[in-house]
Amino acid sequence: MKKLKASFPHLGSYHAPLEVFFTAGFGVDYIVPPPITKRTLEIGSRYSPDYVCAPFKYHLGNFIETIEAGANTLVQSSGVCRLGYYGELHEQILQDLGYKVHFVNLAKYKAPKPINFYNGFKEIKPDMSLTKIAQIFPVVLKMFEHIDEVEDFIRQNVGFESTIGSFDKVHADFLSDLRMIRKKKELNNTYRNYMKRFKEISVKKPNNPLRVGIIGEYYTIMEPFSNHYIEKELAQMGIIVDRWLNVSNTLLHYPKKEMKKHIEDYVKYPMGATSIPTIDRALDYAKKGYDGIIHVKSFGCTPEIDTIPVLQNISNDYKIPILYFSFDTQTSETGFTTRLEAFYDMIVMRKEAKK
Amino acid sequence: MSKAYLGIDVGSISTKGVVLDENNHIKASTYLWTEGDPLYAVKRLLSALKAQLDSSQDKIVAVGTTGSARKLIGAMTGAAVIKNEITAHAIGAMSVHPDVRTIIEIGGQDSKIILIENGIVIDYAMNTLCAAGTGAFLSSQAQRLHINIEDFGEIALHSTKPTPIAARCTVFAESDLVHKAQIGHKKEDIVAGLCKAVVTNYLNNVGKGKKIISPVIFQGGVSKNVGVIKAFEEILGMPVTVDTNSHLTGALGVAILAKKSKVENDFCFDMTDIEFKTMGYECKKCSNNCEIICIYRENEIIDAWGNKCENGAIRKSYKN
Ligand code: SF4
Ligand code: SF4
Repeated sequence: MKKLKASFPHLGSYHAPLEVFFTAGFGVDYIVPPPITKRTLEIGSRYSPDYVCAPFKYHLGNFIETIEAGANTLVQSSGVCRLGYYGELHEQILQDLGYKVHFVNLAKYKAPKPINFYNGFKEIKPDMSLTKIAQIFPVVLKMFEHIDEVEDFIRQNVGFESTIGSFDKVHADFLSDLRMIRKKKELNNTYRNYMKRFKEISVKKPNNPLRVGIIGEYYTIMEPFSNHYIEKELAQMGIIVDRWLNVSNTLLHYPKKEMKKHIEDYVKYPMGATSIPTIDRALDYAKKGYDGIIHVKSFGCTPEIDTIPVLQNISNDYKIPILYFSFDTQTSETGFTTRLEAFYDMIVMRKEAKK
Repeated sequence: MSKAYLGIDVGSISTKGVVLDENNHIKASTYLWTEGDPLYAVKRLLSALKAQLDSSQDKIVAVGTTGSARKLIGAMTGAAVIKNEITAHAIGAMSVHPDVRTIIEIGGQDSKIILIENGIVIDYAMNTLCAAGTGAFLSSQAQRLHINIEDFGEIALHSTKPTPIAARCTVFAESDLVHKAQIGHKKEDIVAGLCKAVVTNYLNNVGKGKKIISPVIFQGGVSKNVGVIKAFEEILGMPVTVDTNSHLTGALGVAILAKKSKVENDFCFDMTDIEFKTMGYECKKCSNNCEIICIYRENEIIDAWGNKCENGAIRKSYKN
C-alpha cells in the first residue's frame, strides 16, 4: 500500500502539534502545509464559489498546496458553523479538479463523543494503534495549550521589544523544537526553557500602555495572513494585544455556561459559531477599561455579522471604541491601514483626554 | 522671516495644499486635479503655493501629508507628519468649529463619517467599496442627464417633488433613473431625487448605526452641491454647515499637526526641479510576491515599502 502522507489545512502556528499527532499517533507521514500566502488565496478563490466565506477559500487553496507538496490524505475538521458542511464541497471540488486523494471529513463523525472521534480517526488509517494514539493525545493537547500561552505572552510584549524581531526569532525556534517532542516531560522542559528565554528578551514598556482586545471569527482571527497581520501592526504601534480565542481555549477551556450568563443582559440566544465568546470578551474588555476593541471577521460571516448590533450596544454603554474589519479576498491594504491608523490616533487622544 | 507650515492632501481625484502661519491662518492655498500622477500633481501644487507666498517673509519649517498618497508624498517632501485622512479631517474641522459633533465627508470616490465628543474622535466609518454615495456617481448621472455638474445642486433646488430613486447601488440607481426619465418625471425632480438618493445611501451605509448629533459639518467635494446639502438637512432635521474652505480641511488638519509635532526640517520649494520617480518590484522570495514600491530621488532610493516581511526589505541608500 502507498505510504500515507496526511495533512491538515494551515492555521496559525498549530502545525507542530498536528505533525506530532499524525506521525507519532498514526504512524503516517505528515506534510507540513505551506504557509498561507497570496497564492493560497488565489488558487482557493479560483476554484471556490464566489460568495462563500473566506475560510473556505483559504482551506481549499491550502489543500491544493499540500497536495502539491506531496500529501495524499487530507483531513478536514468539523466546524461549528458552515465549516461543518464545507468538507464535502471541498472533497467534490478537489475530485472534479482531478486530484486523487483520500479525503477524511471529520465533520461526518459528529464530535465531541470519543467514539465518533475514533471512527473518524479510523478512516485516516484503519490499522492504527489505539495505544499509540492514547499515548500521544495528551501531549498534543498540552502542546496546543503551550503554544497559546506563549503567544499570549508575545502579544503582551512584542510591541515593546528593544531589538525588533527578538520575539519572532525565539518563537520560530520554539515551534520548530516542538516538532521533535514525543513525551510530556520533554514538552514541559522545552516549554519552561522557552518561557525563560521569552522572559529574558529585553522590553521597554511605558507605564500605562495602550491595551486592545481582539475578538471575532475563528479562522480570520487566528490566521494572521487573513487579517493582514493585524496583531503585528498593533504591536508595532506600541499596543498590548489581548485575544482569548485560540484552539486550546475553544477546545479545552470553554466556559460556555459562564459566558452565556455573563452576557445575558445583552443576548438571550446564542447566534452560532464564535458569537458567544465574541460578545463575552467584548463585554469583559469593556468592563476592564481597555482602550479599544477590534472585531475581525471574513466577509459574509453570518454569525459575526449578527453580533455587531450587540457590540454596538456594549460600545455605547461602556464608551469603548470598537473597530470592525470584514476581510474579503480583495480587501485593500490602504483602506485597512487608514482605518487602523485612525483607530490608533483615536485611542491615543482618548487616553490623553482621560488623564 | 516667520515660520510657516505646509499641509498637503493628495487624494485619488484631487490634490489640496495649504500654508499656515504660526497662528493657524491660511497664507496660501490651492486645489488641483491629481490626474493619476500624485508626484507631478504635488510639483504643480508647490509651484502654485510658492507663487502666493513672499519667499523673503515666510519660511516653511514643517510639512504634513495626508490622503491616499500620503506616504509617497511624505517621502518626497521629507514630511514631519504623515497622517491618515480621518484624523487629518477631524483636526482640520475642529480647528474651525471646536464644538463640531459630526463630520460628514463625501468625496469623489469615498465617503466617511466622523463622530466627535469633547474634541476627541469617538467613532468613525469609511466607505471605499461602493460608488453609489459619492461624487463619481453624481457626475456620471449628471452626464447622463446632460447637465453640468456645477449646476446640479441649483437645479435640484427648483424641485418641489423629488422623484424617489432606488439608491441601494449604482447599477440599480442608474436603471431606475432611466426608467423615471422615460415615464416623464421632470428633470429637476430627478436631480433632486438623485441628491436625496446620495444622502439615503450615505446614511444607510457609512452612517449605519451611528448617532448623528448637531453641529454637523459637511465637507469633501460633494459638499459644494447645494441640492445634497438641502437633502441632508431635510432628512436629518438639523442644520448642516459647509465652509467655503471645506475642501481644504484635510490639508489644514495635517498642517496643524505638522506644526504641533515641533519637528522642523529644511524645506525648499525647488523640489519642483528634482526628479522623483517610483518603481515597483515583485519580491520573489516567497509566494506572497509582495509588490515593493521604491521611491527614487535623482536615481537614489529614499524610501521603500510594500514588503510583508523583513526578507523583502529594500534598504534606503543615504547620501552623506
Ligand atoms: S463562522 Fe463565519 S467564516 Fe466561519 S464558516 Fe461560519 S460563516 Fe464562514
Ligand atoms: S516581502 Fe516577505 S512576504 Fe513578501 S514576498 Fe518577499 S519574502 Fe514573501
